Amino acid sequence: MSAYEPSSHGEQRIPASSHSEAALGQRERAKTGHFRLKIFVPIFYILFLLIPIYWLISLSFKPNQEIVSGLTLWPQNFTLDNYRVIFNDPSWYETYYNSMLYVVMNMVISVAVALPAAYAFSRYRFLGDKHLFFWLLTNRMAPPAVFVLPFFQLYSAFGLIDTHFAVALAHCLFNVPLAVWILEGFMSGVPKEIDETAYIDGYSFPRFFGKIFMPLIASGIGVAAFFCFMFSWVELLIARTLTVTDAKPIAAAMTRTSSATGLDYGVLTAAGVLTIIPGAIVIWFVRNHIAKGFALGRV
Amino acid sequence: MEKTWNNKAWFFVLPVLVLVAFSAVIPLMTVVNYSVQDTFGNNQFFWAGTDWFTQILTSSRFHDALWRNLMFSAIVLAIEVPLGIIVALSMPKKGVWVSVCLVLMALPLLIPWNVVGTIWQIFARTDIGLLGYTVSNLGINYNYGQNPFDAWVTVVVMDVWHWTSLVVLLAYAGLVSIPDAYYQAAKIDGASRWAVFRYIQLPKMGRVLLIAILLRFMDSFMIYTEPFVVTGGGPGSSTTFLSIDLVKMAVGQFDLGPAAAMSLIYFLIILLLSWVFYTIMTNVGADATSKRSPQ
Repeated sequence: MSAYEPSSHGEQRIPASSHSEAALGQRERAKTGHFRLKIFVPIFYILFLLIPIYWLISLSFKPNQEIVSGLTLWPQNFTLDNYRVIFNDPSWYETYYNSMLYVVMNMVISVAVALPAAYAFSRYRFLGDKHLFFWLLTNRMAPPAVFVLPFFQLYSAFGLIDTHFAVALAHCLFNVPLAVWILEGFMSGVPKEIDETAYIDGYSFPRFFGKIFMPLIASGIGVAAFFCFMFSWVELLIARTLTVTDAKPIAAAMTRTSSATGLDYGVLTAAGVLTIIPGAIVIWFVRNHIAKGFALGRV
Repeated sequence: MEKTWNNKAWFFVLPVLVLVAFSAVIPLMTVVNYSVQDTFGNNQFFWAGTDWFTQILTSSRFHDALWRNLMFSAIVLAIEVPLGIIVALSMPKKGVWVSVCLVLMALPLLIPWNVVGTIWQIFARTDIGLLGYTVSNLGINYNYGQNPFDAWVTVVVMDVWHWTSLVVLLAYAGLVSIPDAYYQAAKIDGASRWAVFRYIQLPKMGRVLLIAILLRFMDSFMIYTEPFVVTGGGPGSSTTFLSIDLVKMAVGQFDLGPAAAMSLIYFLIILLLSWVFYTIMTNVGADATSKRSPQ
């Protein structure tokens, strides 16, 4: 995947593929003269993505009066009051902590159980392996709406309602199959000779797995963890159903902003901005693996 | 890769099985249980056979929601897949801008779904939203709260905004994996830009594009939160997709029997269509490997 990683040696280490791409571009430019326009496609696309986000951020810095009284392109009366409301109210900022907690719990559980399963799928054939793999995937296809009511009853029966653990466990429904799928893709890229050599060298399975194999698929583990984070962080329907107050996610707390006097747009948008930040930080960490990760390690 | 036959591998799969059994099989059995019974409250249940299934399958409400959802998935796929490929093709291949592009493009994917809904609900409002304000000042009568067509446009644009990046990232991953030799060969043959796309880039992206189509189909067919926040399924029931309808029935009206029957039918439809995609996908993958092996 070095083709798009920023090269530390600058121009000296141009990835081979860029040569002919450039050559192709030159030919094309000579023929049509449209080559320069190509760069505008991603620019326009990114603008299209960022404008609604900019609008959210800009509203969060405006007092409510300015928001409802007329359209201003940027905050005229810049204020941090909306954020102050959130950070001074435990029932707001605790929801932030709740979301983080169950997302991390889910990430750990999903990756931990998916690792051995993915190893089995990538290395061995066994009775019913293909059916099992597809059956796992079907859980990724299950509409959360189908599971809302049964989940509520199941977790009530176990007395788990309104705990972080309940949400973390429920999100395993779609994250475990995904983690298995991603990790299997990455593991299949590791030659089997490595396993065999390690066994000949006298490594026991746990030692081999921890000392040799896991470092080899470290980026795959990172990508799988990223995806578990992502889908657990964005899901709300199940998270909201299983929580009341103690484990309520921040995204669900946003409904509080509507009151008898109308929506409190300032606080609503400020809370929205705060939900974007963790995702942005996490993407930055996995930016060099993100493209391959989205291809589930199978390009 | 040659795999060895070893049934002990089942032990590795066991933790996943236990976990998924708890979080999927037990709840699903509850649904099956409800779908064949009727209740008048007080936890008293009566055998209802296939009544609920017949009721759902013949109800126009279900047909309408199904039709709406299929339309939505088709429109969204028809826009997002070509757009995603175009953006991926025109992205830079090296340098810092690649990281910047990837990070910015992935941003919408990591926003909680109800916040996505909130962003667009505000953004498209004619009084306080930039988009709605601009459109209505251009003289177009736009109101997604009252006009079904406007509501559809808003929901579709929102989904394109939200998910096209997934297709871009997948297509891009496919593109950067194409070896240099292919482009050189094309150059020697004097292939046109279109020929390069048609005979080199598209086939090489085939597999990841199928993953993209599979994921986009599944998720657009299960869409709930985003349109619910923006339109609440309205105006009327013009944007009531299957999941919205289902939650309305199960939680809003507490019609457990019909809701459970609908859940199963809904799940089966997704399963069937996804199985078709998955079979195509694994066959394409097998083809690719068998072609590659003689080299």
